[in-house]
Amino acid sequence: MESVILQIAARHMRPLLIILSVIVLYRGHNEPGGGFIGGLMLGAAYILYAMAFGVGKTQNRILFSPINLTALGLLIALLSGVPALLSGMPFMTGEWVTFFANSAFELKLGTPLLFDVGVFFAVAGMLMLVMFSIMEE
Amino acid sequence: MLFLLAVVIGVLYGSAVYLLLRRNIFKLVLGLIFLGHATNLLLFVASGLTSGYPAFLRNIAGETEMMADPLPQALILTAIVIGLGVTAFALVLVYRFYSVTKTVDLDELSENE
Amino acid sequence: MILILPIILPLLFMVILIFTRRWLFFQQAFSLLASIGLTVLAALLLKQVYIDGATTLQMGSWPAPYGITLISDLLAAIMLLTTSFVAVVVMIYSPGFIDRERQTAGYYPLVFGLLMGVNGAFLTGDIFNMYVWYEVMLTSSFVLIALGGSAEQLRGSIKYVTISFVASIFFVAAIGILYGQAGTLNMADLAYKMRTWENMPYINGALMLFFVAFSVKAALFPFFFWLPASYHTPPVAITALFAGTLTKVGIYTMFRFYSLFVVQDVLFWKIFLLVIAGLTMSVGVLMAASQFDIRKILSFHIISQVGYMVMGLAIFSTNAIAAAIYFTIHNMLSKTNTFLAGGLVYQRSGSYDLKHLGGLYKTAPFLALLFFIPAMSLAGIPPLPGFFGKFFLIKGGFEAGDYFITAVAIAVGLFTLFSMVKIWNEAYWKKAPDGETGNGKVGTSAIAATAVLAAAVVLLGIFAGPVMEISQQAAIQLADPYHYIEAVLNISSK
Repeated sequence: MESVILQIAARHMRPLLIILSVIVLYRGHNEPGGGFIGGLMLGAAYILYAMAFGVGKTQNRILFSPINLTALGLLIALLSGVPALLSGMPFMTGEWVTFFANSAFELKLGTPLLFDVGVFFAVAGMLMLVMFSIMEE
Repeated sequence: MLFLLAVVIGVLYGSAVYLLLRRNIFKLVLGLIFLGHATNLLLFVASGLTSGYPAFLRNIAGETEMMADPLPQALILTAIVIGLGVTAFALVLVYRFYSVTKTVDLDELSENE
Repeated sequence: MILILPIILPLLFMVILIFTRRWLFFQQAFSLLASIGLTVLAALLLKQVYIDGATTLQMGSWPAPYGITLISDLLAAIMLLTTSFVAVVVMIYSPGFIDRERQTAGYYPLVFGLLMGVNGAFLTGDIFNMYVWYEVMLTSSFVLIALGGSAEQLRGSIKYVTISFVASIFFVAAIGILYGQAGTLNMADLAYKMRTWENMPYINGALMLFFVAFSVKAALFPFFFWLPASYHTPPVAITALFAGTLTKVGIYTMFRFYSLFVVQDVLFWKIFLLVIAGLTMSVGVLMAASQFDIRKILSFHIISQVGYMVMGLAIFSTNAIAAAIYFTIHNMLSKTNTFLAGGLVYQRSGSYDLKHLGGLYKTAPFLALLFFIPAMSLAGIPPLPGFFGKFFLIKGGFEAGDYFITAVAIAVGLFTLFSMVKIWNEAYWKKAPDGETGNGKVGTSAIAATAVLAAAVVLLGIFAGPVMEISQQAAIQLADPYHYIEAVLNISSK
C-alpha cells in the first residue's frame, strides 16, 4: 500500500511518538504512564512507519532487530535488580539517586526507573516482533 | 454500578463462550480476547469497588485522604499485559495456520487419521 | 540470596542465547553448561533447605504479606533439582536430534524461558506471582510447541494455546475472588487467615476454580484431552521436556494448595480428589491401550501416572505424600527417558508407528536396553524406582484404609505393564515388517543423553532408601502447613 498521506504522516509522527514515549516512560513512576505504555507507543511509532513504507525498509532503519531489542530490555530489567544485591539487600530493592534536588530540573533516577526502561524496550521489541511477522509478505 | 458491571461481565463471558465454540479460528481468537476482558473486570469487581478516589495518595501534608485499593488495579494491568502477549501470539499462530493450510475452519483442523 | 538465582540465571542465559542465536555450537555448549550450573545450584539449595528448614526471601525488601515472598521448602527444592536435571539431559539430547533450523530459530533461549517460569512457579510464595510464572512458562511452551511451523504442529498449538488460556482465565478469576475475600495474595498469609478467621464464605468456590485451572495444566481426568492432541506434534525432545516439567508444575501447585488452603470440607475434597485420581489413572491407561503411535501411547501414560500422584495427595497421610513425591521424581525421570528412547527409535527407523516398526532388539540391542529400563520402571518392575513408588503409594493407601483407590492403582499398574510390553513387543521383539529394516543414523549425543537418564533411573531405584527419606521429610513439612506459614510470616502460634 503506497499512500503519500500516510507516508508523510508516518515520517513526522515517528520522532514525535518516540519523544512522547520517553516522556510517558519517565513520568510513569508517580503518575499515569510507565514502561508498558511507553513501550507500546515506541512500538506504534515503528509499526506506523512499517505500514507506510513496508517492513523491510523499516528494519533497515532501526538499530536493533526487534528480537534483540526485547532481549536488551530483559537484560536492563534484570540489571536493575543487581545494585540491591551489591549493597547486601534482597534482589530488586529500590535504590534512588536525586540530581539537582529542589530545583526546577529535579531529576530522580533509580532502579525502579531502570526496570521500567527494561520493560519499555522489551514491550516495544515484542510488539514489533509480532506485528512485523504478521505484516510480512 | 455493581449490578451493571455484573451484567457486563456475564454478557462478556457469554459472548466469549459463543465465539470459542465457533468453527472459525479468527473468531476463536476474538473469544479469547473477550474471555480475558471479562476476567479482568471480574477481578476488578470482586476485589471491591471504591468510587471517586484515586489509587494513590498525593502528598498533601497533614491531610488524610481516601484511596482506592491499588493492588487489584496493578493485578489487572499485569493480567492485561499477559493477555496482550498471549493474544498477539495466538494471532500470529492463526495467521500462520491460515497461510499454511489456506483454511480458517476448525473442522478441517481435526486430524484425518 | 540463593533463592533468587534459579529464577534470574535462566533469564540471563536466555538473554545471552538470544544475542548469540546464530552461533549454533556456542548455543549447544553454553546451554549444556548453563543447565549443569542450574542443577548444581538446585542441589546446593536442597542441601541448605534440608539442613535449615524452609528458606525465604522477601523480594525488594517489602515485608511478608505485602511484598512478594520467595520460599523454598523441601518439596520445592526437590522439584527444582529434578527439573534442572531433566533439562541437562534434554540439552545433551537436542544437538543430535533437533534439526538445525529449529535449533537456530530460538530453541535454546526458549528452553531457558521455560525453566525460568517453572523455577519461579516452584519458588514463589505469592499466588498472583505464581500466575505470572505460569504464564512465562506457558508462553515459552507455546512458542516451543509451534517452533518450526509444520501444519501438524500449528494444529496442535492452536488447541494447546486455547485450552491453556482458558485455564489461566480460571486461575485469574479464582485469584480475584480469593483476594476479595481475604485481602491478601501471600500464600502463607492466606493460609493463616483461613485458619484463624471465623468465616470466609467463598473459599470452596475459589478452590474449585483453582482446581480446574491446575487440573488442565496437570491433565487430570475431565480436562486431559488437549495433551494427547498436542504433545506428539513437536520434535520428541521438546515433548520429553514438557512431559518432565510442565505437567508436574500443575501437580506441584496442587500439593502446595491442598496442604495450605483445604481447611473447609476436608472430607469432600478428599473424596473428590480420590474419584478424580481413580478416573484419571484408569481412563488414561485404557486410552493408551488402543493407540499405535509410540508418542501417543506415552502421552496417555503421562495422564495415567498423574493420577497416582493425585491419589497420594488425596490420601494425605505422611507416608502417602512421601510416596507421591518419590513417585513424581521417578515419573519425571522415567517419562522423559521413555520419550527420548522413543526418539531414538524414530531416528533409527523413521517412524513412530508400531505397525511399521520391528526387529530393533536384534539390530540395535543397546537402544532396546535404553527403552527397556524406563519402560519397566514405569510399569513397576521391582529393582526400578517405579516399583518402589507404586509400592509405597499402595502401602500408604492400605494404611489409610482407602482400599478401593488402592485396588484401582494396582489394576492400572497391570495395564501400564501391558502397554509397555506392547511397545516392547512391536518395536523391538517382533520381526521387522518386510522392507522396513530401518538403518537411520542415530545421533551420538542423543544416545548418550538417553543412557545418562537411564542410569539415573537405575540409581534412583538403588538409592530408593535415601531418596524416600528426603521425601518423608518433605511430606512432614507439607502435612504441617504451619511450617510454611511460620517461615514466611514469623508468626509463632500453634
